[in-house]
Amino acid sequence: MSTNVATAPSGRGRRSSPLSWRWSDRVVLVLAWFVGILLCLIAGAIVVYMGVRGIQYLRPSLIFSRPQASGSQAGSGGFLDPVLGTVVLTVIGIVLALPLGLASAVWVVEYGQGGRARQSLARVVESSIEIVAGTPDIVIAIFGLALFQISLLAPFSFKAEGGGVFGRSFVIAGAAMSLLALPPLYTASRDGLLAVPSHMREAAFALGKTRITTIRRVLIPNVRSNIATGATLGISRIIGSTAIVLILLGSTLRIETQGSVPGISLLRGTGSSLTSYVYENSPAGEGGAPQKAYAAAFVLLILVLVLNLIVERIGRRQESSTGLTTTAGVV
Amino acid sequence: LLGAVSLSVGVAILAMVAFVLTRAWPIFQHNGLSWLTGGASLENEFARMNAATVNPTAADYTLRAWPLIWGTLITTAIAVVLGLFVAVLASIFIVELAPARVTRVVIPVVRLLASIPSVIYGLIGILVLVPYAGNHLITEHERRSLLGTVQLTGAGLGVTVVILTVMITPIMIALICEALSTVPNSWREGAVALGLNPLRAVRAVTLKAIRPAIVAAAVLATARALGEAVMIQMVSGGKSFAPRPGDGIDFAWEPLRTLASAIVDYREGLASPPLKAAIYSFALLLLFAAFAMSISGYLVKLPLRKYQTRG
Repeated sequence: MSTNVATAPSGRGRRSSPLSWRWSDRVVLVLAWFVGILLCLIAGAIVVYMGVRGIQYLRPSLIFSRPQASGSQAGSGGFLDPVLGTVVLTVIGIVLALPLGLASAVWVVEYGQGGRARQSLARVVESSIEIVAGTPDIVIAIFGLALFQISLLAPFSFKAEGGGVFGRSFVIAGAAMSLLALPPLYTASRDGLLAVPSHMREAAFALGKTRITTIRRVLIPNVRSNIATGATLGISRIIGSTAIVLILLGSTLRIETQGSVPGISLLRGTGSSLTSYVYENSPAGEGGAPQKAYAAAFVLLILVLVLNLIVERIGRRQESSTGLTTTAGVV
Repeated sequence: LLGAVSLSVGVAILAMVAFVLTRAWPIFQHNGLSWLTGGASLENEFARMNAATVNPTAADYTLRAWPLIWGTLITTAIAVVLGLFVAVLASIFIVELAPARVTRVVIPVVRLLASIPSVIYGLIGILVLVPYAGNHLITEHERRSLLGTVQLTGAGLGVTVVILTVMITPIMIALICEALSTVPNSWREGAVALGLNPLRAVRAVTLKAIRPAIVAAAVLATARALGEAVMIQMVSGGKSFAPRPGDGIDFAWEPLRTLASAIVDYREGLASPPLKAAIYSFALLLLFAAFAMSISGYLVKLPLRKYQTRG
């Protein structure tokens, strides 16, 4: 152990050898290194394990064939529908969350400063988004179920044969997803707007632009990369969410449409996403097809990795020195 | 117009409380607040609820949810305490100790751990860790000692807590690291100039300075852990059993169920009115817990705002 301590470089350019420290300090030093390395090992183990399993079981045919109801693993098809489901959900979620998050951020930063009433309203908006961020997704899901089961909103929902309203469909799940994607979007665009120096606004005003034009032509183009970061974080939350899919999309693995109009029938239909496919095929669900679950989880993991890389890219291009700040927005 | 759009989120929250509350109301009506306590077998109550018809009798609504609450509390508490310990050490490592080259690896790793979907954690848990615990870690003796009460399969408290810790630690690391890097460098240098070694300096000065941030991180992680549903449902064994700390080492292997994972378990049971009310009452409890966490997170961050514009 002592050799380990001796080789551990003490940061910040200090030359005092850790050997001369008190033993309790040395223990802490070793522990800190141990924990740091442990985290890397855990992440590495997860990625490598999923990678090995994924490559072992993933076949192109799996991605391009639809799930079939079958007792055997060989006959139960692939996960084309779940992949499509994930895409549809992501699109709906982001399309709903993007204007909402951006508008809230713009309003809070640009309009929420003048006057006490406005300031307190801005506080309300800020804290309500914070609360949404803290609400477990399972609670959002169960709320969506309650909301869309009332008959007024029945047109959005998949219906049972007898006409009973399930409160389940792609639109509904997507709407719930948008609540999930909202906080990171909002936080990222708010921080971006706050970072825009005020002389840019003043210059635009001096040129005779109105507030709205300033926002549209000057501010939003300026914070585009922040919006992109927020959206990517939102997407990765949507992709990863299982509870909402399980509850609001039902547990049919195949996409089942409702009604005859092509686009709308899909939106009102039910289906699955990659996450619920993994869940249903794991021993926890009914499928009991771990190989399929591994393959789908591998695809999911790759998506998440790619999204992570994108966030990093944007962050690096922006040259933010904040390090982990953007991930703090995720939670 | 923009203001109206912004306020719609607030409206959504109010609607959420209203809807969940009305759906959960029958439980309060029939049980008062005593459904929060323990009592007869919860498993039987669920079965009776599940079997209830469209016109349930009052007895069908009987619910004593303490095992779920206890399961939620115990998993969250252990995971947060463990995670906090790990997160503080890891943050010190990242910000103060590790050379830049190592940091460049560790930060993306932490970010990755934070963004892995819970279903993947659950999958690894149920396919790797649970069988391992079941086959290698649980002895025959332990199995026999609990034969009458509960079956030990490997799925249970231990595995749940381990995975939950891995899931919530990155959140805490992110927040603590951020706070650590806002501590003025001169404070550190001052401490080192007084003859402290770097680690002592961290403990004496830096950690004290960011104490509110550490608490805030713990609060946020608690909120996340409370709401974690799918992963826990997959690896916790899904028995409405309250793990008993008095059982010694067996405690770690006893199955449990949390409020959130119960919702996942009974998601198909919404056709039965009592079960539906029960599920919504769990959701209500989680919702209030989340509110409490948001509020305490805000309160904790107040002292931080003295130094920074944004906590």
